Amino acid sequence: MIAAYLVLLIPFIGIVFFAIAGHKTDMGKFNIWLNAVCLLATVWLAVNVLNIGTILSPNKAFLIDPFNVYLIVLTAFVGFTTSIFSSPYMAHEKELGKLTDNRLKLYYSMYQGFMLAMYLVLTTNNMGIMWVAMEGATLATVLLVSLYRTPESIEAAWKYFILCGVGIAQALFGTILLYYAAVQIGDGENALLWSVLYENAAHLNPEILQIAFVFLLIGYGTKIGLVPLHNWLPDAHSEGPTPMSAVLSGLLLNDALYAVVRNKMLVDGASHNNMAGYLMMGFGLLSFLVGALFLHRQKDIKRLFSYSSIEHMGMMTFAFGIGGPMATFAALLHMTVHSLTKSAIFVTVGHASQVAGSQSMGKIRGLIKTQPKVGWGLLIGTIAIAGFPPFGVFTSEFLVLLATMHGYPWLAPLLLLGIGIAFAGLFRHIQPMVYGDKPEGQLPVKANLWPVIIHLGLVLWLGLAIPSFLAHWFSQATLLISGSTPL
Amino acid sequence: MNIEQTDFYTQAILSMAALVGLTSFLMLGQGRLLRLIFVFALQGLLLTLTTALAAYSLDNPHLYISAALTLVLKVLFVPWMLRREVLLMNMHRDVQALANKTTVMLGGASLMVFSYYVLHPIVQTTSPVMLNALAVSLSVVLLGMLLMISHRQAVAHVVGFMSIENGLFFAAIVATKGMPMVVELGVAFDVLVAAVLFGIFFLHIRTSIDSLDVDLLNRLNEVDK
Amino acid sequence: MNWLIAILQTTLFVVLAPLLAGWLKWCKCHLQNRKAPSLLQPYRDLIKLTKKQPVVSEQASWLFIKAPYIIFSATVLAATVVPLIAVDLPTSASADVIVMVGFFAFARFFLALAGLDVGTAFGGMGSSREMTISSLAEPAMLMAVFTLTMTASTTNLSGAIAHVLHEGLVLRPSFVFALFALILVAIAETGRVPVDNPATHLELTMIHEAMILEFSGRHLALIEWASQLKLMLYGVLIANIFFPWGIAESFGASALGYGLLAILGKLMLLAVFLAIAETLVAKMRLFRVQEYLSFAYLLGLLGMLSHIILEASR
Repeated sequence: MIAAYLVLLIPFIGIVFFAIAGHKTDMGKFNIWLNAVCLLATVWLAVNVLNIGTILSPNKAFLIDPFNVYLIVLTAFVGFTTSIFSSPYMAHEKELGKLTDNRLKLYYSMYQGFMLAMYLVLTTNNMGIMWVAMEGATLATVLLVSLYRTPESIEAAWKYFILCGVGIAQALFGTILLYYAAVQIGDGENALLWSVLYENAAHLNPEILQIAFVFLLIGYGTKIGLVPLHNWLPDAHSEGPTPMSAVLSGLLLNDALYAVVRNKMLVDGASHNNMAGYLMMGFGLLSFLVGALFLHRQKDIKRLFSYSSIEHMGMMTFAFGIGGPMATFAALLHMTVHSLTKSAIFVTVGHASQVAGSQSMGKIRGLIKTQPKVGWGLLIGTIAIAGFPPFGVFTSEFLVLLATMHGYPWLAPLLLLGIGIAFAGLFRHIQPMVYGDKPEGQLPVKANLWPVIIHLGLVLWLGLAIPSFLAHWFSQATLLISGSTPL
Repeated sequence: MNIEQTDFYTQAILSMAALVGLTSFLMLGQGRLLRLIFVFALQGLLLTLTTALAAYSLDNPHLYISAALTLVLKVLFVPWMLRREVLLMNMHRDVQALANKTTVMLGGASLMVFSYYVLHPIVQTTSPVMLNALAVSLSVVLLGMLLMISHRQAVAHVVGFMSIENGLFFAAIVATKGMPMVVELGVAFDVLVAAVLFGIFFLHIRTSIDSLDVDLLNRLNEVDK
Repeated sequence: MNWLIAILQTTLFVVLAPLLAGWLKWCKCHLQNRKAPSLLQPYRDLIKLTKKQPVVSEQASWLFIKAPYIIFSATVLAATVVPLIAVDLPTSASADVIVMVGFFAFARFFLALAGLDVGTAFGGMGSSREMTISSLAEPAMLMAVFTLTMTASTTNLSGAIAHVLHEGLVLRPSFVFALFALILVAIAETGRVPVDNPATHLELTMIHEAMILEFSGRHLALIEWASQLKLMLYGVLIANIFFPWGIAESFGASALGYGLLAILGKLMLLAVFLAIAETLVAKMRLFRVQEYLSFAYLLGLLGMLSHIILEASR
């Protein structure tokens, strides 16, 4: 339990420290250290959970079970590697005169604030606090989206703020309905605790819960970036600093999906008509297809990959919606590999746009010749995210497809079509960017590509063979969510 | 169950629900920013009264804290901030013509019907009073969204945003007699931070496009650059 | 006996109406830091006007001369319907709220005709404006009143008041809406401040005063008196329907006396509120009156809806 408190305490120290005394230190380095300590704490926590099972804190405020502990480790890991990337990246942005010291202070402070909100979403046992932390994540990142203070970035931040704020308000309404259903059978103060709700799920009123779930799905779905609530996502990703895009894509979307899945477990416990599942499948498939189609029309590299995120989040939502052990297992695996791959891609994208001095894909040319590491990183990352065989994304997409074939065979062609469209959409843009002659006047930038190598290596490993402890871990989480193990 | 058979608290809550709903409609049809802000403060006041009433009749002291928070945040701080912004930008004189006011009002009315329709299954398990309270608060939420769609000024958007919060708060108070204290404090904190962020945003939007007209924020769209 | 009390009540209406107008003026003057005329000033005005010889235009027809009497008596008849100090009187039992609205419409019809009769520009303009406003105000008024009558299941005013009285203190959302709607309508119908200003004769803004510009002497006195009566009627309507406590249900002397005191107190309070409102609010443009009245209608409608949705049994 101490580990869990530590995970929450460290980012908090980070916020306060950067806000007060940030300028006196090398903020980038310190940020890396904070995230590293956090990562160690989460690993410790994960080992505990794997050994002794679900942990409930004495005051019942925090709950760590196999499902969220794996997301906690993933969050800490992506947070750590992104901080390695962000240190030289932000220093370069400062050299270019885009940022001042105060903005950097704000950036690092809010980076930690975002991490704190993410950890709180994952660890809390209280559905109300989960909402509060989710909103907190928006509030922490909104000023980061407008960090450069260009009219475009302010517009993006405003859209992000308003859309997510309004969207997440629906989730609060859903939470209130959930509480309303819960107080009818239990005591007031503890009625919103997930552990209590989950135990009593069968006694909750299914009618109210189903209505509540619609609101929760719309609310948190805005954060996931489900079509048609996705408008903020490409804007926020493209206008904010690139490390922010990496953590938004790799973490925020996952955690919003986590919140939806938690609520789905309650609804499934209360009613047996799989309404929640169908809703998620519908929204998921729509996002998947729309995301894939929109890939073709992009001109900004970060917008391109944010649409790719929408597409993949759609697929995960779809898979969780199918339910059942195999689809759930696939969705968990996809969550992991997508986070790793996507944050690696954003790291290379950040460097690539620094090389070209622009985010416009028309200006990024001949990367392999200019800076081979960045070029190859981008190429391999794209191959991985498009779902090519040796990488983990292939495994998870294949499993989703398999589960679809079992449950809803007539939806499988749609999935295949979507994967094909997305593949074409990605490669028609990527191919001219990485190959070709070196353009005039573009020089390599100082880059730290270790995060990319580690991430892509892990994804490759997951694609070749899932290590047994990880498989065990995933099956525990699957057991928790779907009620049976996949193997 | 007829209204005369219910207790005084329920009657009062129903009246409050009706008035809160009315203020939402008033905001929807209001083209002048200062009046909009005034009606918004009025809604906050109604909310404070409802909370205090609930605290008194349920003998639940933590609701008094909620009432005080609402009073400070929604009746005093946010309206004060918005009013200052409007006066600073000298926008209080221009009347924003709501070109399609009738349509918007009709849309609002149908949203109200819609929220009754959506929540109707609840009536089987609980009293009609709760259905009414929940339906009114859902329609306040939806009307807040409609307000944001139909008005162009950033200030009006903030009012819409905050009135959505009001609707949610009303639901929490009336239907569930207040959320657990931690949650309520958390929500209040979020609202406070959101209000401060809005203040910062006004500054940024003003310096970047020299206006608070949200229609001018149109640089980002699907296929550009 | 009952008829006697009914006649007494109507007489009280007629006699007290100028006093209410005087009290209203007194409050307003004090609020605006002016020296107030005596409370009895309206009576003195009426007496003075009655003593003067009326001047009638050569073009005026018989209608112009008869109109003041018709208007006054129609308004007095409307007053018989409204319970002032006691419920269950034979006059109010025989007629209901629709009849009252009908009497008002009748009086207004003749007032408008008389305004047109002489053929002056102002008279015609006033009549046209008055009819515009009343055509908008009447549905709003009926909507508000219907909300009440639906609750009481009767259109009889006396019955409705008795119903509210017996029910005890029940907070009804529909009543809140209906109250606001009725107040707005009352302000419009009696020509008080944001809609019309009884104290000025500015040609571009006046409505009621434009119509009666040609009247003089006792004709003018009757019309003035009728409009004071109308103000009081609306006041009593609001006070007794929404706050009926104190009204006499039996015809004993003490109950009646108590009822009289209660209604006097309520009217005084109401007048104070009206004076405050008139002091704070500026008169609005004529073109915005329709907005104002459609808002009143909306309130009435909301009252009706909230009665059906929120209060009806399922």
